[in-house]
Amino acid sequence: MKVLVTVKRVIDYNVKVRVKADNSGVDLNNVKMAMNPFCEIAVEEAIRLKEAGVATEVVAVSLGPKACQEQLRTALALGADRAIHVETEQELESLNVAKLLAKIVEIEQPGMVILGKQSIDTDNNQTGQMLAALTGMPQGTFASKIVINDDKALVTREVDGGLQTIELNMPIIATTDLRLNEPRYASLPNIMKAKRKPLAVKTVEELGVTLKEHSKIVSVNAPAERQAGIKVADVAELVDKLKNEAKVI
Amino acid sequence: MSNYQHPYKEANFVIRHLLHFDQFCEAYSWDEINSDLTAVVLAEAEKFAVNYLLELNRQGDLQAAYLQGDKVFETPGFARAYQQFIAQGWPSLSATEAYGGQGLPNLLSVACNEIWQSTNLAFSLCPLLGQGAITAIAEHGSEALKQQFLAKLISGEWTGTMNLTEAGAGSDLAAINTRAEYIDGEYKISGQKIFITWGDHQMTDNIIHLVLARLPDAPVGVKGISLFVVPKFLLDAQGNPAAENDLRCLSLEHKMGIHGSPTCVMSYGDKDGAIGYLVGEKHHGLGYMFSMMNHARQGVGVQGLGISERAYQAALEYAGGRVQGRDKAGNSMRIIEFADVRRMLMMMKSGTEAMRALCYYAGFKADQKAAATEQQKSAIQAQISFLTPIVKGWCTELTQELVSLAMQVYGGAGYIEEAGVAQHVRDARILTIYEGTTGIQALDLTHRKTLFDKALQARQIFKEIQQTIDDLAVLDQRCYLSRALTDALNDAQEAVTWLLENPDQGGSVAANYLQLWGYLMGGWLMAKSHLAAWQQLQLDAGDSDYLNAKLVTCKFYTQHFLVRTQACLASIRAGSDAIMALSEQQFFSHVN
Repeated sequence: MKVLVTVKRVIDYNVKVRVKADNSGVDLNNVKMAMNPFCEIAVEEAIRLKEAGVATEVVAVSLGPKACQEQLRTALALGADRAIHVETEQELESLNVAKLLAKIVEIEQPGMVILGKQSIDTDNNQTGQMLAALTGMPQGTFASKIVINDDKALVTREVDGGLQTIELNMPIIATTDLRLNEPRYASLPNIMKAKRKPLAVKTVEELGVTLKEHSKIVSVNAPAERQAGIKVADVAELVDKLKNEAKVI
Repeated sequence: MSNYQHPYKEANFVIRHLLHFDQFCEAYSWDEINSDLTAVVLAEAEKFAVNYLLELNRQGDLQAAYLQGDKVFETPGFARAYQQFIAQGWPSLSATEAYGGQGLPNLLSVACNEIWQSTNLAFSLCPLLGQGAITAIAEHGSEALKQQFLAKLISGEWTGTMNLTEAGAGSDLAAINTRAEYIDGEYKISGQKIFITWGDHQMTDNIIHLVLARLPDAPVGVKGISLFVVPKFLLDAQGNPAAENDLRCLSLEHKMGIHGSPTCVMSYGDKDGAIGYLVGEKHHGLGYMFSMMNHARQGVGVQGLGISERAYQAALEYAGGRVQGRDKAGNSMRIIEFADVRRMLMMMKSGTEAMRALCYYAGFKADQKAAATEQQKSAIQAQISFLTPIVKGWCTELTQELVSLAMQVYGGAGYIEEAGVAQHVRDARILTIYEGTTGIQALDLTHRKTLFDKALQARQIFKEIQQTIDDLAVLDQRCYLSRALTDALNDAQEAVTWLLENPDQGGSVAANYLQLWGYLMGGWLMAKSHLAAWQQLQLDAGDSDYLNAKLVTCKFYTQHFLVRTQACLASIRAGSDAIMALSEQQFFSHVN
């Protein structure tokens, strides 16, 4: 079975995010970038499936500017067999990403696609679901456990109030939740080997997808800074403030 | 516990723009190795260090290794971190590919060591000594020794130690008493060694000790010392650890710092002699040890860099958060807003950056040597030899000043162990002492490295510095840099001239001579960094915030560190005069 795993280049989770002065977005200039943590979990799961003999090939795919190849190389160093980079300078919203991925799925015919449930930059949580709709593949989202039994997959999902286990017919789309696994680190020999693994570059035109703008970012604002607290004299004052200033009761 | 982030922009800047590593790789057509690769490797090293080593640093400080029976048990958690360290292949980084190494450049090894040492100096010493054992066996060992020990040392499956010091043989290794005897076709080692870092632990199933000892037919003094491989467990026919060798750890030292690193008194041959295997030829052991000395000593300089960076990051974090006092408008202020705190932070920032430039510059020379033609090799070796005492002596002394400033930024809180900065001060204190004290480094620089070749190598470096001054002259708005560097260069030239005229006073002036060279080399590399950053800004390439900060940091260095060459020169000129004038008795004249 071939596993397709998606990798997104995002701002490193350690970096203190700054909003651009014109509120058009997050300032990514000269900022440390890394693989989206949920994608790391996706890559790890794919590699574990291969190590368990369930998967035979792991293909990592990323969409975006040339620099995305750094994250693809990381995926290769972690154990992916080859990589596909769809190069574009354009900002991609979820539906466009899903459409491009659907094309890759059509070409590669994987037995399974694993995606992070969301990316830590935009937090959309849409791509996996959209990809499932576009390809007609069953989806197991927010997965905390994936078991493959021949042509069936048992996916345990983290849902409100507990865990839900569903059985899906292969091939499937899975999106990863935090507890699915603990990603490994790339070893030094594997970093070296990754340089020799194939990385194919494709363009949006090649894939025959027309990118459309379905939504527009109006403005991006930093969360309001926390104000200093005050001491209240008695309960009456507290209740008054909660009622009239904070307006929470 | 303070956080640590790898200063990756700084490391990449030094590798790319100060050392021009990519041009070097291209010139020698090193496939697949370039600064993109080093950036990826360093990013992985940071991940490992932050996740595995950082927390254990405090743990190791609080819960030192302990001895039970004759077994040393390391700090809990270290074994797991070590297993992960070798699973990721870190010990193999710069080792030879023939025995499973990755054959990566020494420059990258230095940059990775900085990360290990920033996050956990005590832990890092274990693989560092392994590197020493690898080099000794790879360069001087027989094929049989290589077959038996090299692959497992390189993989990190086994660790290595260096056994030089004895109670009566510290700086003077000629006094070594440990005996080796050739009995029934085997070398039997007996004697006691002290200060053996990571001499015993339970993290691996064997430990390979490299031991200096004297054979019965050995000439007296340094020319009569041989080097032996003495494994903790002797190997069976399959090459696996089997019978216990006749050696043990007698006791552990209670140290001021690096508590996580067990410092052992090792006893060899209590029963019928520990079995050892001769490395290279008889009586040449000290020479083999010294062939590794440049590497080991530079390594300690890098340790100073690592601790300084860590202490600086801690101080910076504290200064940005600590609220004290109010401005004229009555607003509360964080201490980072006060000028004197800024001065201390700039001292740490600029001092650390100068050290990094020097450590990487010197470490990169090893790669240049490896790639050079036979004729070029000896010239580069001379440079390495000259730089080594400066890297070791100057960086580690400056480290004392910088970690102390970090504590100063914390104020009273810093003196309290809980804040964590005290550990950096304690851990750093050993650096000016082990692998040759600052005094030894200084004597090495005055005598073996300057007087011996009549300052030939020193003058080579003067030429390179003059070239940088000429380059700076092109940018007239930066004349303060060129003026300051010119002044420092003149100080150094005068110091060299004075030393050549007064060789018998070398011992008295050595310490100041070493410091003068350190500040000069730091200033030179900061000036080169300034040029490189300015060029990047002209090209509108790179991170302008970082690059402009670099320009200011270089300026600060020249204003506050480079000027110290004047004081060094003044003290050098004073010579032995007051240093040696008192009789020994007079030292007690205030009490007797």
